[in-house]
Amino acid sequence: MKALGIILAGGNNSKIQELSKKRAIAAMPIGGSYRCIDFALSNMSNSHIQKVAVLAQYNARSLNEHLSSSKWWDFGRKQGGLYVFNPTVTSDNAWWYRGTADAMYRNLDFLKRSHEPYVIITAGDCVYKMDYGKVLEYHISKKADITIVCKDMPVGEDVSRFGVVRMNEDSRIVEFEEKPMVAQSNTISAGIYVIRRRQLIEMLERCAEEGRYDFVTDILIRYKNMKRIYGYKMEEYWSNIATVESYYQTNMDFLEPGVRAYFRGEPKIYSKVDDLPPAKYNVGSEVRNSLISSGCIINSKVENSILFKKVFVGKNCVIKNSIILNDVYIGDNTHIENCIVESRDTLRANTYFSGGDGIKVVYEHNERYVI
Amino acid sequence: MIRKEMIAMLLAGGQGSRLGVLTSDVAKPAVAFGGKYRIIDFPLSNCVNSGIDTVGVLTQYQPLRLNAHIGIGIPWDLDRNNGGVTVLPPYEKSDNSEWYTGTANAIYQNLNYIDSYNPEYVLILSGDHIYKMNYEVMLDFHKENHADVTIAAMPVPWEEASRFGLVITDENKQIMEFEEKPENPRSNLASMGIYIFNWSVLKEALVTMSEQSNCDFGKHIIPYCRENGRRLFAYEYNGYWKDVGTLGSYWEANMELIDLIPEFNLYEEYWKIYTKSDAIEPQYIAADAVTERCIIGEGAEIYGEVHGSVIGSGVTIGKNSVVYDSIIMRDTVIGDNVTITKSIIAENVKIGDNVELGVGEEVENKMNKSVYSFGLVTIGEDSVIPSGVKVGKNTAIAGVTAREDYPDGILASGESIVKAGDIV
Repeated sequence: MKALGIILAGGNNSKIQELSKKRAIAAMPIGGSYRCIDFALSNMSNSHIQKVAVLAQYNARSLNEHLSSSKWWDFGRKQGGLYVFNPTVTSDNAWWYRGTADAMYRNLDFLKRSHEPYVIITAGDCVYKMDYGKVLEYHISKKADITIVCKDMPVGEDVSRFGVVRMNEDSRIVEFEEKPMVAQSNTISAGIYVIRRRQLIEMLERCAEEGRYDFVTDILIRYKNMKRIYGYKMEEYWSNIATVESYYQTNMDFLEPGVRAYFRGEPKIYSKVDDLPPAKYNVGSEVRNSLISSGCIINSKVENSILFKKVFVGKNCVIKNSIILNDVYIGDNTHIENCIVESRDTLRANTYFSGGDGIKVVYEHNERYVI
Repeated sequence: MIRKEMIAMLLAGGQGSRLGVLTSDVAKPAVAFGGKYRIIDFPLSNCVNSGIDTVGVLTQYQPLRLNAHIGIGIPWDLDRNNGGVTVLPPYEKSDNSEWYTGTANAIYQNLNYIDSYNPEYVLILSGDHIYKMNYEVMLDFHKENHADVTIAAMPVPWEEASRFGLVITDENKQIMEFEEKPENPRSNLASMGIYIFNWSVLKEALVTMSEQSNCDFGKHIIPYCRENGRRLFAYEYNGYWKDVGTLGSYWEANMELIDLIPEFNLYEEYWKIYTKSDAIEPQYIAADAVTERCIIGEGAEIYGEVHGSVIGSGVTIGKNSVVYDSIIMRDTVIGDNVTITKSIIAENVKIGDNVELGVGEEVENKMNKSVYSFGLVTIGEDSVIPSGVKVGKNTAIAGVTAREDYPDGILASGESIVKAGDIV
């Protein structure tokens, strides 16, 4: 492949509330069996990009654990490999990564020592499937300096948390506003960029000299008129999970047969294999329109919900419209409605949780129950 | 080469003909078990969990599935720089090339493999039992007794003892005598076909007995060792152990997994069973589906009802279909309005709409009454069952079948359809 990959996985976002206390957004569990970063990693692997760097920083324990072996995504080759770069103290720099451009600049040696002519940069907090090879082809055919993958959001959807772009008839980006108060268009940047490696190195060095650290505001927006920046429209499923609502909705999308079939089809999305036994349904289980992952044991009612791996549901419980993350023990007679239950939690028997009209994040800190 | 204290040799070449159409295209150790596993996963996982990192797997009968499953051993952490898993098929030699003619003969033909690790001990396993066992504990027992051979043996009910090969021991568990299926058993310790040998002792026996035709551990090597004054001990094992050699016992062992607290518990934290997972996605249970007393593998899509069954990965069960007391292996697709009772359906089978399996009275199977009994319907892998047919009990179906194969749309109890050589 003519490109190497960079996955920006360092970010935190206060909009995802308590859920980010335990892990970086890129390590959030998705769709019953994945972590968010699996989508970007599998896309890289399926696009034959063999060398991928993950830039991590915020609360990276869970992410590092997930990436402890690269074999699940078919990296770990003599040619290429998976590199996880956490910030390190050097003789001339003791800062954390101060922004996405800074994170890349601090690993400039990695970029300089590579020989691939192009770089694919993508965010680790999006759920999508994409052949980056197609974007690269487009990038080359447009003779672009930078290509940004864009997505038209449904009219009326609040796009103020995204970068909003406007393109001309030739698909060149003429306007780019980061998180605008009032959006001028419903076309947003999907956080996926293609750029020539030497061009990127040059821009990062310039940025660093000027004390600028952010890839979007300090490179994309500043160079918008100087460089040829093009938009590549993606029509397929794409979702960002950086708020509690969008995290909830993205997971619930997997209850749709179309979405499930799309992600299940070839090329596949890979993840770390956990070696859990099949899910078990005991007497009293009543499961409707739900996704159940391996290792679960169910003794009562589950409806319109997603149970991640190794969830135990006691007797006479009702779980409705909820997401239960990995390895949760739910005691008897518990009612859970419109909630996201944090992983490795223990919910005591006879408790009631409801998100009301919204979504409640449940994090109980109870002593762990061991079966 | 690093010296290994103990290596395992796993005998996985048998056909398992008593499993009928389930093993017509795959070796028995590669038959699916418990929703997502294959039978060989149990001894392989026991090996890694017991700290044995060098395993030779002896294959012969229909090895393709087995080879694909084992690969380089990644799921069991057996992809090692030193040791790891090695698949050992029979091979051509400059003189006297032959198939593996017996369990011990298979080991004899791979003397060089074992010698290359120069182990102190060799563990002999067979690839067709469901159990969890720590071989390290057995090895400790072997060492404590300064044994030459240790045989794992388990107590069986006295009234059933006459069906087994029994060992008779003294109070120190040293084996005095063997009895093969005796009428009046003097012991209830049945041999499990798991042996630890001092390599020097085994090698000597194998070389001396090399001219023995169909050289077998139970029939030749163990008696040879006893006659030559070797120290033989019985290691008593009291956990769950199940031979899944017949369709009845295979079905029963699967059904035991769905008990509220099964005797063989796959959900324990320690002693995991590893397997090659092709699917990782969660399973989907639709709005009108019923799932009760069952275990279901990854990626299954259930739109109908499942009662008391073991469902493999990637299985689809259509709307208004009902499955009772059955085993359905991976990637099988079942249409709408199908009723399935007490059936074993192998991998990648396609069943049309409005089919009924397991109807009517029990009648002895005409093709092979000893294999196809227990009232089961058995369907081989890659079979196709057309829409709208009924199938009776003690029946077997293999291959792509069409409506014409079912007189009046019915395959009566005791009948079989086996179409060999069909490729789907």
